[in-house]
Amino acid sequence: MTIEEQLTIRRTEPWREELRKSIKAKDRSTIERVHMNELDAEYRSHCNKEVNKGLTPQQARKEAQRCLDCAKPTCMEGCPVNINIPTFIKHIEAGEFLGAAKVLKETSALPAVCGRVCPQEKQCEAQCIHLKMKKEPVAIGYLERFAADYERESGHISIPETAQPNGIKIAVVGSGPAGLSFAGDMAKSGYDITVFEALHEIGGVLKYGIPEFRLPNEIVDVEIGILRKMGVNFLTNCIVGKTITYEDLHNDGFKGIFVASGAGLPNFMNIPGENLVGVMSSNEYLTRVNLMNAGHPESDTPVLIGKKVAVIGGGNTAMDSVRTARRLGAERSMIVYRRSEEEMPARIEEVKHAKEEGIEILTLHNPIEYIGDEQGRVKQMRLQKMALGEPDASGRCRPVAIEGAIETIDVDEVIVSIGVSPNPLIPSTFQGLKVSKWGTIIVNESTMQSALGDIYAGGDIVRGGATVILAMGDGRRAAAAMHEHLMIINHP
Amino acid sequence: MNKIVSKEYFSANVVKLEVEAPLIARSRKAGHFVIVKIGKNGERIPLTIAGADLGKGTITLVIQAVGGSSKKICALNVGDEITDLVGPLGQATHIEKTGTVVCAGGGVGVAPLMPIVEAFHKAGNRVIVVLAARTKELVILEEQMRVNSDEVIIMTDDGSYGTKGLVTDGVESIINRERVDLCVTIGPAIMMKFVSALTKKYDIPTVASLNTIMVDGTGMCGACRITVGGKTKFVCVDGPEFDAHQVDFDEMLMRLSAYKDIEKK
Ligand SMILES: Cc1cc2nc3c(=O)[nH]c(=O)nc-3n(C[C@H](O)[C@H](O)[C@H](O)COP(=O)(O)OP(=O)(O)OC[C@H]3O[C@@H](n4cnc5c(N)ncnc54)[C@H](O)[C@@H]3O)c2cc1C
Ligand SMILES: Cc1cc2nc3c(=O)[nH]c(=O)nc-3n(C[C@H](O)[C@H](O)[C@H](O)COP(=O)(O)OP(=O)(O)OC[C@H]3O[C@@H](n4cnc5c(N)ncnc54)[C@H](O)[C@@H]3O)c2cc1C
Ligand code: FES
Repeated sequence: MTIEEQLTIRRTEPWREELRKSIKAKDRSTIERVHMNELDAEYRSHCNKEVNKGLTPQQARKEAQRCLDCAKPTCMEGCPVNINIPTFIKHIEAGEFLGAAKVLKETSALPAVCGRVCPQEKQCEAQCIHLKMKKEPVAIGYLERFAADYERESGHISIPETAQPNGIKIAVVGSGPAGLSFAGDMAKSGYDITVFEALHEIGGVLKYGIPEFRLPNEIVDVEIGILRKMGVNFLTNCIVGKTITYEDLHNDGFKGIFVASGAGLPNFMNIPGENLVGVMSSNEYLTRVNLMNAGHPESDTPVLIGKKVAVIGGGNTAMDSVRTARRLGAERSMIVYRRSEEEMPARIEEVKHAKEEGIEILTLHNPIEYIGDEQGRVKQMRLQKMALGEPDASGRCRPVAIEGAIETIDVDEVIVSIGVSPNPLIPSTFQGLKVSKWGTIIVNESTMQSALGDIYAGGDIVRGGATVILAMGDGRRAAAAMHEHLMIINHP
Repeated sequence: MNKIVSKEYFSANVVKLEVEAPLIARSRKAGHFVIVKIGKNGERIPLTIAGADLGKGTITLVIQAVGGSSKKICALNVGDEITDLVGPLGQATHIEKTGTVVCAGGGVGVAPLMPIVEAFHKAGNRVIVVLAARTKELVILEEQMRVNSDEVIIMTDDGSYGTKGLVTDGVESIINRERVDLCVTIGPAIMMKFVSALTKKYDIPTVASLNTIMVDGTGMCGACRITVGGKTKFVCVDGPEFDAHQVDFDEMLMRLSAYKDIEKK
């Protein structure tokens, strides 16, 4: 059966036909898009509580009514993992919230996470029919989050059924979204899964990177708890390639390995003064604050508390860093970005929230030097003013320096957030892997299989810094392909 | 996991711990280090792996209590567990038979110097250790060093023990009396800076093991970065050992003081 046929079957179920007819499309289109309930900007910029509070059931059902339940749901094309969006939304409209969560889980391993962190405005919501009618798109992300949260809070969270254990040992390197979703699917198929994690916490960027005010750890922990209940083993503080090698994994009887080691290496700009005290990567800053809990009196880990903080970059990591600085007490916290706001890769909601929290956004500026005091602490940054030129290969306008236009601004902390590179450890210690010039592992795009037949890879180690949903999709695709491959080998 | 199986005091504030860590014991080499964290709210701090027992599946750590986290570890007892222990990290020491090796250590550097002294001695080198301290009470690991080397020279700032003078005076006295093929130095950055300047004058290849501030220890954060030969390096993955003559010690000194005010609190 084709995907189209499957969609049609579900769309033509009697309850759904009836629901669709219960309100006229024209009336559905006139409903205003829901506003997310948020904490007050002033209050939240002094605490770590989650900013978005979620929708109430009434709000969610009303928003669900806006969805026209299109015969050709273009929103699904915008979703990297093709979640059956109209089906889950119509369950919400019908008040079947647990049913909605179930639909989400057919495709997404981490809906509560994706509902919070996906760039919906560039994915599903960018393809919503309402936009063609000059209306605001259905709030698909809010609804996804609503259904997932409802399920979790209801106490009826379902533990997926697992097949009879087949005794085949599979190793997963890294416990970010790619590794977790792979582990979940393989556990369902009956494999004996061990996830190896270098850090002392499970969750990858979801734990050490994305702050509590955007993605509470509790939500990630629930997902991890489910995997544990499904029999997945986790081994923290174990670095594959260091603590144990590829050969050790073979000798220990692992028949397949999924590498999901992420893109954890911070990039620097290599400009003068970058090693001054007070200049650091966003990885260092966020790791100290999120993973090590620095900033809390009980924590042994220190973090510099800047009063005038500049964050260099325009992505989600930059937004997370600058908003964290604000929460830690910065009086002035600013984003310094070399292009215009239009080109910023961060989610629009994060930029909006940041502005509400008093973050300054300095676009078309690029740091060229940091200046320190006698003790080597950063005290100023020199910024080159930029203008937008012709679009480059990425389609974004290339920033060009305006000659002689240089500005100096006082700062006492600078957080460099200009991107990350793939973690080189696995590529350099697993002999025979094919690696691109960017250091990413080269895989077959449909199976995620690498040049070494028993090794599959996905997430940021394959894509460079990408997104949670893509990492999760890779994990699921790799699980399906590895399962098929192992079944053929074992039952020829 | 990571249970402490033996504990020995080398001095009032230097402790040797033998810890269960079978995977690390199997994979570690001289010069590697681990990151440890005590308790849920503990800090991640780097410690050199001083030795390993494959049969018992244990590694040895020698820790000098200098501040909050190192004191916490030194206070652990046999039967306690180290909450988190990860490694082996960093590049292994390049150990070969080169001839006469001078190992100069002081302060926090003496503990991590131990396994290196031992490895060079085992490789058949003539090993001369220079231990420096402010005063007699602060001289540590002297006995252990003697067992693993050909000679130990003690230098104290106040002359209360050994010879009065700085670590550099000790090293220079050796250079003046015999041929030195390699110098290894671990200690406070200021000490390594001066040892390096001295050996550069005499053109003696010198390795410094840099004890920078670290967080993850796996190359993920850049807290440990320093400049070597004009290029930024991450001590935890590219080091901890570097050609001392290429290291920008002034920058390192500055970076080490980053959290001084906070840690003092
Ligand atoms: C601050 C920040 C904010 C972000 N915000 C968003 C957002 O809003 N929306 C979005 O979609 N994406 C966002 N991203 C990107 C997203 O988080 C990543 O694309 C995603 O986490 C990649 O998943 P992954 O599983 O490939 O790797 P990761 O999440 O990076 O996990 C990799 C894990 O592997 C471990 N590891 C590495 N090497 C080894 C080894 N040798 N042995 C054992 N373990 C190892 C690492 O410690 C890590 O835990 C953000 C990223 C950051 C840093
Ligand atoms: C690769 C590596 C290997 C190491 N091996 C060992 C080892 O085997 N045994 C051992 O005892 N220590 C070792 N250290 C040093 C050890 O990690 C530090 O002493 C420890 O982190 C200090 O933490 P603290 O909380 O106890 O002290 P803090 O409260 O952080 O500091 C107390 C005092 O010590 C100084 N200090 C802190 N860290 C350092 C440092 N890294 N170098 C110099 N001075 C410092 C501070 O300026 C301060 O005055 C090693 C360091 C590195 C980087
Ligand atoms: S300690 Fe984080 S990169 Fe070296």
